[in-house]
Amino acid sequence: MSDRDTVLAAIRANKKALPSDAPAARPAPVPARGRVDGAARRDLFVRMAEAASASVEMLTSPEDVPEAVAAYLAAQNLPARLVLASDPAIANLPWHDHPMIAHRIGAATVQDHAALTVAFAGIAETGTLALLSGAETPTTLNFLPEHALVLITTDDLCGTYEELWSRLRAATDDGAYWPRAVNLVTGPSRSADIEQKLLLGAHGPIKLHILLLDVEA
Amino acid sequence: MESTADRFVDNAHRALGNEILQQALGHVRVNFIEKRRQAVEALPEFEALRQAGRDLRDRVLADLDTHLLAFEAKVLEHGGQVHWCADADAARNKILEICREAGARRVTKGKTMIGEEIGINDFLAAHDIEPVETDLGEYIIQLRHEAPSHLVAPAVHVTQKQVEETFRQAHRDLDATRDLSEPRSLLSEARAKLRQKFVTADVGITGANFLVAETGSSVIVTNEGNGDLTQTLPRVHIALASIDKVVPTLDDLTVLLRLLARSATGQEMSVYTTLSTGPRREEDHDGPGAYHVVLLDNGRSKMLGTPKQDLLRCIRCAACLNHCPVYQAVGGHAYGWVYAGPIGAALTPALIGLDHAADLPNASTLCGRCEAVCPMQIPLPDILRHWREEEFNNKTTKPDRAPQPVRRGLRLWAFLARHPRLYRLATGIGRRVLAGRAGRSGRLDKVPLAEGWTVSRDLPAPSRRGFHAQYRKGYRG
Repeated sequence: MSDRDTVLAAIRANKKALPSDAPAARPAPVPARGRVDGAARRDLFVRMAEAASASVEMLTSPEDVPEAVAAYLAAQNLPARLVLASDPAIANLPWHDHPMIAHRIGAATVQDHAALTVAFAGIAETGTLALLSGAETPTTLNFLPEHALVLITTDDLCGTYEELWSRLRAATDDGAYWPRAVNLVTGPSRSADIEQKLLLGAHGPIKLHILLLDVEA
Repeated sequence: MESTADRFVDNAHRALGNEILQQALGHVRVNFIEKRRQAVEALPEFEALRQAGRDLRDRVLADLDTHLLAFEAKVLEHGGQVHWCADADAARNKILEICREAGARRVTKGKTMIGEEIGINDFLAAHDIEPVETDLGEYIIQLRHEAPSHLVAPAVHVTQKQVEETFRQAHRDLDATRDLSEPRSLLSEARAKLRQKFVTADVGITGANFLVAETGSSVIVTNEGNGDLTQTLPRVHIALASIDKVVPTLDDLTVLLRLLARSATGQEMSVYTTLSTGPRREEDHDGPGAYHVVLLDNGRSKMLGTPKQDLLRCIRCAACLNHCPVYQAVGGHAYGWVYAGPIGAALTPALIGLDHAADLPNASTLCGRCEAVCPMQIPLPDILRHWREEEFNNKTTKPDRAPQPVRRGLRLWAFLARHPRLYRLATGIGRRVLAGRAGRSGRLDKVPLAEGWTVSRDLPAPSRRGFHAQYRKGYRG
């Protein structure tokens, strides 16, 4: 008998059905906090992301993204150099108007100090970004550089996780084209493994900078 | 992992006398409890989520085979593989086989308690494959040749000064005069050292906080990002999970995620929650070329349908450890095996046998704080009581278990407890004698027949008038 058969047989022999008078499964509570729309949703997302030590910069036009990226790198005393996701939302921006920003398109390597990628969605409930792996948004962009910059539009903000999952099911033909990795990212990486002292920037980015494009404004 | 759970009493005595350990444990008492309290207060739905989490797990466990098969089918659909393993031996060999097929020399590891359970590091090392722990806490204790002492903070027993000593000893290629006096410099050194390992590893092994049947995903929840580098950079990803980790849908996963970080570290969400589903797609530029789930039973299927089944609801948040007066006093290593604190005391006998861990269920005052904070409402004190009963009734256990005086004492107490008048008479005499001996201090540093207990603590003296007397007098405050 294979281990698969052994384990399944043991489970079947021992499992006990729920008592017949057990109440039917109720839908789990969805935190009221996340059930908000429009500006309230945007504000909640910003507040929660900042509480998790991310920084959020509001922009009103995609044209402003390269300028904001250049300003961020300068403020962090970093060379004006970064790796970009090939997603059209980023690759099609007017980078040529900013020749001082040296950029490369593709996956990140250990040599990259900063990366810009695009989020599939944001979750206001906890200030979280949902980043999907894919040809145009490699996963290494989220983890290897010290500075992770992420572009997201207010249209892509969900209130709750339940909303995220339904959007993701819809975008993947009900899961048929599910991405290899779904990274839910809440703030920059951190560790408290040395005497419970919280330090930002463990193995992942030390900074998470969110460029929030307000399409309503 | 070798167990010393049968030597709990000695382990605990040593821990109580270890000043460095006691200093380190102070951080548990302060930090975890307060942070959890604030996070729970900030979410009005927390109690309702606890109910929902418990019901969800009960529903899954009642039909576990169906959910595991649904999970397996989805993993296969996305190009991954599932390896069912009945015991630790099978899991170790399967992992070795995958590593050998990949021609692996070096394996990076995310944090996995199942990995500890099957002793995978020693096994791989014995077969010339270098296992490298990448979680900062796990890395520290790997260098120190120690086991984790906490589910969430594996190196919580180590002080900053000890980390510095450990790094100086391990990283001899670095300048001996470098400044390591700040936690930041220690972290930076570990980050730089582990970067080299990440990019040269052939296989990445992670645990799994959850498995999602709807999508065939393994889910890890971390703060450092090491788990994600482990499952993104090498050519092969192995997710190591026990059979109790499966949830049916993404919405079910959400219920448990909302409970986990708040209960564990007091965060709204841990920094990284990642769903991994199959190997890299054809068009991807990164990610592992192969994705394996090693699905371990190792005694869990035997717990189904017994009073111990509720332990399989556990999401390993460590809230019960943080709130336990026994854990706070002796730390995790005293428990002698992988799982410490109340969950360890209840789970270890089920996984390695009561004969090897009979002290653990007795090392509790049954104060109930563990159950009160458990996000999955596991009745830990009840389960500890079950084990005590089993131990008492099982006369075939080792002869030094529950020695004759203890058995006689328990029998005497049981007799009195069933005869209320005699009970009141006996306890009344005892109370007056003890209160008289204590005098004004209100404390006893020595009690006849209980010197073993009072040698390291004082007993508060009982009040002269017992509960019944005070109740009759109408004192109900």
